[in-house]
Amino acid sequence: MASRIDQEQVQHVASLAKLDLSSDQLKYFTTQLDEIIGLFETLSEVDTTGVEPTSSVSDQINVMREDVADNWGQRDALLANAPEAENGYIKVPAIIDESEGE
Amino acid sequence: MNYFQKDLASLHDDLVAKKITVTDLVNATYDNIDATDPEVNAFLNLNKEAALKKAAELDEKGIDQDNVLAGIPLAIKDNIVTNGLTTTAASKMLENFVPVYDATVMTRLKAKDTINVGKTNMDEFAMGGSTENSAFKVTKNAWNHDYVPGGSSGGSAAAVASGQVVAALGSDTGGSIRQPASFNGIVGMKPTYGRVSRWGLIAFGSSLDEIGPMTRTVKDNAIVLSAIAGHDDHDLTSSTHEVPDFAAELNENTSVKGMTIGLPKEFLGEGVDPDVKAAILAAADKYRELGATVDEVSLPHNKYGVAAYYIIASSEASSNLQRFDGIRYGHRANDVKNLEDVYVKSRTEGFGDEVKRRIMLGTFSLSAGFYDAYFKKAAQVRTLILKDFQAVLKDHDFIMGPVAPTPAFKIGDEISNPMTMYMNDILTIPVNLAGLPGMSIPAGFSNGLPIGMQLIGRPFDESTLYKAGYVFEQATDFHQQTPTQGGTH
Amino acid sequence: MNFVTTIGLEVHVELKTNSKIFSPSPVEFGDDPNANTNVIDWGYPGVLPSTNKGVVKSGIMAALALHAEVEPHTHFDRKNYFYPDNPKAYQISQSDKPLAHDGWIEIEVDGQKKKVGIAEMHIEEDAGKNTHERDYSYVDLNRQGTPLIEIVSKPEIASPDEAYAYLEALRQRIQFTGISDVKMEEGSMRVDVNISIRPAGQTEYGTKTELKNLNSFNYVRKGLAYEEQRQQRVLMSGGEIQQETRRFDETTGQTILMRVKEGSDDYRYFPEPDLPALNISDDWINEIGSEMPEMPGKRRERYVNELGVTDYDAMVLTQTKEMSDFFDETVRLGADPKSAANYLQGDVNAFLNEQHADLQDTDLTPANLAGMINLITDGTISTKMAKKVFKAITQGKEPKAFVEEKGLVQLSDPAQLQPIIDGVLADNEQSVEDFNNGKDRAVGFLVGQIMKQTHGKANPKVVNQLLMASLKK
Repeated sequence: MASRIDQEQVQHVASLAKLDLSSDQLKYFTTQLDEIIGLFETLSEVDTTGVEPTSSVSDQINVMREDVADNWGQRDALLANAPEAENGYIKVPAIIDESEGE
Repeated sequence: MNYFQKDLASLHDDLVAKKITVTDLVNATYDNIDATDPEVNAFLNLNKEAALKKAAELDEKGIDQDNVLAGIPLAIKDNIVTNGLTTTAASKMLENFVPVYDATVMTRLKAKDTINVGKTNMDEFAMGGSTENSAFKVTKNAWNHDYVPGGSSGGSAAAVASGQVVAALGSDTGGSIRQPASFNGIVGMKPTYGRVSRWGLIAFGSSLDEIGPMTRTVKDNAIVLSAIAGHDDHDLTSSTHEVPDFAAELNENTSVKGMTIGLPKEFLGEGVDPDVKAAILAAADKYRELGATVDEVSLPHNKYGVAAYYIIASSEASSNLQRFDGIRYGHRANDVKNLEDVYVKSRTEGFGDEVKRRIMLGTFSLSAGFYDAYFKKAAQVRTLILKDFQAVLKDHDFIMGPVAPTPAFKIGDEISNPMTMYMNDILTIPVNLAGLPGMSIPAGFSNGLPIGMQLIGRPFDESTLYKAGYVFEQATDFHQQTPTQGGTH
Repeated sequence: MNFVTTIGLEVHVELKTNSKIFSPSPVEFGDDPNANTNVIDWGYPGVLPSTNKGVVKSGIMAALALHAEVEPHTHFDRKNYFYPDNPKAYQISQSDKPLAHDGWIEIEVDGQKKKVGIAEMHIEEDAGKNTHERDYSYVDLNRQGTPLIEIVSKPEIASPDEAYAYLEALRQRIQFTGISDVKMEEGSMRVDVNISIRPAGQTEYGTKTELKNLNSFNYVRKGLAYEEQRQQRVLMSGGEIQQETRRFDETTGQTILMRVKEGSDDYRYFPEPDLPALNISDDWINEIGSEMPEMPGKRRERYVNELGVTDYDAMVLTQTKEMSDFFDETVRLGADPKSAANYLQGDVNAFLNEQHADLQDTDLTPANLAGMINLITDGTISTKMAKKVFKAITQGKEPKAFVEEKGLVQLSDPAQLQPIIDGVLADNEQSVEDFNNGKDRAVGFLVGQIMKQTHGKANPKVVNQLLMASLKK
């Protein structure tokens, strides 16, 4: 069976998702994901020419909120839940590559 | 006490008649949980102190005669956030996470004066069909402790089925209410998408997720759904459809006479256990006997549901679960030197294998170069699945079939094979893709394990499902059977 | 070798709404860190966004101001990336069906007018802010969820001067809608720039570089000019342009390599399942259009054709909405349009420059400026006296009350002036004789005497008339 996803691709996907895989995990995840992606590929049997994708089955459309400000006063409770906070800020270890923002 | 002989109405009568106080009821509930849960493992976290306090308040205030839910102890799946009460979604990522707000369903239940008994076990982030993916414990099937309770709402199902509570809330993204309800011989309703607010439900697949009740009887289920359903300003996808008093329509006059029921041939095809098939065919006969017409119908794209679902749900999950990054709440790895460490180590430590698998599947399906072949294709197939249902439901009042191809399987049997596990959802998944209401009700047994029947309705027509379920329930005795306490050990 | 330059500008404009785009938290600046945040802004488990109608409305206003076509069926998409100021690790934005597309604005460079196309514009949420200190970063999520409009130009800007003119015109038009302050120095307007060059005659675009840290229109122009030259030097010497991000150094005026881009970012966009799609009706667009403030071009025409203001004055008055609104109100309150235009461009501008203040931050009001101009027009005060009055109205004083309090009223009543003139003529017979002998200078002397006697309060026009009449008797 031709492989649909290889270890390098799995490694790439893991790094996009900020996950670290041991070499063992990389092996078995690759095997499993390959099998599941094989299942995904059965969709190619379906003729979807001209079929609109469905991304929501909600019956709601155009529902919006009026532009009214309301401060829920949750700041202190939120900061108390942060692993680290200081002077009202959430504290995180240094960002090494500064250019990754925006 | 256990709740085997009780339903909401009889408990309510006892409370109103002061045969029992709310405090007695809550204490008895915890006594039973203390006795049974070391074996069943339905609960992750009990809310005893707050529950007793609330019970005392209600005893002081008195029970409102018109509010059937007043003082009733309920269990809540642990992916529904409860203000001030640890909510983990059965993940190490949220092991010590205490929410600072309530889910809308909690606010609505509180308004009805129900008592939150505690939080039930589940597959981590609702990903799984056996509750074996919980980071904390393995819940047992109420009927046989060697078997899985199903999942992901396995804790809620086992708690109701083993008599620990009369009702519980679950959530259903691809079958997570219906399948454990089926495996445990109880009633589980996945309402129409948008029927119940998702505000406060820890998101898995946002376009599929729905909260619903799990109970021992159809009527109890209807009562709980009426209490939690309805539009919510916090969830713009929640429907403005009026919420009927579902239970009021269930009485001796309720009937399926003249109804037309579709039985899709694909639901009884290859891979469906003979006992399950026999139970469903018997149920079809029962409906005919009760005056309904049952036709064979076809849902030709049903077999593509699993593939489409695992692409869509995993894609949405991969994005939804990115917020668990160790920065603002939840698990942060200890030994970290920089930001990348915080992300990678916290997430790698915090998530279990199934969650990682789905995150990777979703990330892959959305990534550059694969989006059209996977995500977009799946969303198109979803349209076709939806149209299949619409075609059948145009001239059928509802669809019937099994919930799962088999009864519960043994703990440990399938956990190492994700593909086998995913295929178990083949009959429940299409209902989520189409956003329709789907209900599981007890319809038989196979080697002492329950078999569930699934009823699938038109959008926002839970009423018909409740009526059909109620009539079937009244005409059969499956729901009256109870597991031997302590299981078969 | 001749090169053709292609510049792309992505402009982010922060909207002045009451609440955030997807949460009801207030949009306010300068508060304590995280003071204006809630569970939605923090991306808490279980929370859901809810679309602010005011933001969609503002977006439609911007689309109309930029002659763009509003998309009738639009929705939000998720843009996935990890960063501490991005709490959900996805930004709710629009990718598949932006709110509007295919707009344009007119620019003028060296007297040449040109239309620059706008490819698309969409609404999205802003991120929070990270402050970096040695080993830690500090995250403030107050800005998280502040509504933004991103406006993407078509690759039709061909020089740094055109880029500058485009930004000026864009800022002006957005500012006139009133949806944003559009101030680069305050971050309510941010510009991402890319530039490529290619030899004249070549059809495919060259490799582009991105420029960062361009904190004013001037820096955009300077940075682009430097980068244009640098790319030319590289190509002339046989080198290749790398796809890279470069930082503009304000002190040297040069651009410095930050990082080379490998491939493109993988943001894994997909439709946001938590928010209903939007169907934007023509009725709503028309309703918003009818409520839109008048754009600068329309105002200029009106100033020239209806108020008799010069072309140049009309252009200066419409530089900012504040100035233009101030002018309109001053005229509406009865001030002579030409005088109002002169005062705004002269004394008012000088005052603002001196104070380093914006018009709306001062105590000056259209009512008081109109009041002062009306006092001049009706002869109550002289333009010389008006200098004092102007100072007073910059301090928020009411001109009429100030004039009365200080006794600055001009003496215009002939009944009061005639006896003084008669006295002066009687005391200066020599001058009267000089006048009769044709020495016109004598008039100046006599007027001076009259002014002296009235302590400068006499209305010079009236004095002149009365004096000439008396002399000719």
